[in-house]
Amino acid sequence: MSKEIVRNAIAARVAKELRPGSLVNLGIGMPTLVAKHVDDSQGILFQSENGMIGVSADLPDKDHLDNDITNAGGQPVCAVPEVSFFDSALSFAIIRGGHVDASVLGALEVDQYGNLANWIIPGKAVPGMGGAMDLVMGARTVIVAMEHCDKRGNPKVLSKCTLPLTASYVVNLIVTEKAVIRVTQDGLILEEVAKGLSVEEVQACTDAPLAVTDNLKHF
Amino acid sequence: MQLKPTITVEDAASKVSSGMTVMIGGFMAVGSPLKIIDALVQSNTDDLHVVCNDSGFADQGCGKLISNRQVSKLTASHVGLNPETGVQMNAGTLAVNLVPQGTLIEQIRSAGAGLGGVLTQTGLGTVVEEGKQKVQCAGLEYLLEMPIAADVALIKASIVDLAGNCIFKKTTKNFNPVMATAATTVIVETDSIVEVGEIEADSFMLPGTFIDYIVV
Repeated sequence: MSKEIVRNAIAARVAKELRPGSLVNLGIGMPTLVAKHVDDSQGILFQSENGMIGVSADLPDKDHLDNDITNAGGQPVCAVPEVSFFDSALSFAIIRGGHVDASVLGALEVDQYGNLANWIIPGKAVPGMGGAMDLVMGARTVIVAMEHCDKRGNPKVLSKCTLPLTASYVVNLIVTEKAVIRVTQDGLILEEVAKGLSVEEVQACTDAPLAVTDNLKHF
Repeated sequence: MQLKPTITVEDAASKVSSGMTVMIGGFMAVGSPLKIIDALVQSNTDDLHVVCNDSGFADQGCGKLISNRQVSKLTASHVGLNPETGVQMNAGTLAVNLVPQGTLIEQIRSAGAGLGGVLTQTGLGTVVEEGKQKVQCAGLEYLLEMPIAADVALIKASIVDLAGNCIFKKTTKNFNPVMATAATTVIVETDSIVEVGEIEADSFMLPGTFIDYIVV
């Protein structure tokens, strides 16, 4: 599978988790693709932590470019008609205050306890946490959207995170191109596997132990 | 009528001296006072402690000050899109204090609002909690995060009237209105300056009382 197909498959599956009428924050990178897979009739609003509720899935063209409407990466975006704008204090009141229904973000590592590491690789890359630590603490549901393994093919779903954490015990669901895994107090539950893959194949590239739901589905 | 002085961009840069703590508004250079930053790059000021959401890009926003080696300490939530920040951090010439974005804005807000700090759960169980006081409140654990104030805040508004009242369009608001409350001297750069009364008073998002100087 090409990178683009993998990323879109993950985004499409995440989109199905979003409830109609909810407020959702999409992290920079692959999670932003999720918006493309959500139908407008669902009335889902996307927040951007730099101060906007109502980011559109559409990308601005040259004739409709407004440099005062940007996402958290500083890139111009389009707004839905019911858009609103606010400063960073209100933006993080929305985020920390429990007003965001779902936060979708990428990860370097996730473990069986729902611990998340996605902001630093000591000695290699120190991008910073941006709004990620607040988002995962405040959002009612935290969905990790990521490729199942890293570039070298090593598992990213671990028994225990090795990198510095973004937060502890926060992840609710892990969606990759290979599997949908729910984080519970009893560990990780494999709920879905990608078509063409077996449970054993998913477990083989997952470091953490996976319990399999009675009602296993394919996606 | 209380009006605020309008000064040149060079005068604005001269209000910043070496060694000062300077807040700079904007988010990935969107809503940043780009003209004042350029003037500051032209000045010889250095050893600055910059407080900004991010370090912008190497050639955009407050990243220019980092590229020009005028910053010795940076307090920010994200530095990943400016490779120069990482280079200077690894070389030990730039001290970077990474703060969760929601904590950073509240630290600034609490300084401006006369509060002794804020309690947040963000950062618990991570390296962010190192060296910080934990407070139990109603059975829950919080980190005590202290206020952050500055000598000078350089902010950007879309429209300012001669009394200093400010409008920040769309996503250019970000850190700007809050930083204006937390510095000894506040300089606003604006796209457009208007007479008092030209714009309905109800439209303003920040009262001019926080503004010391206006740069057009």
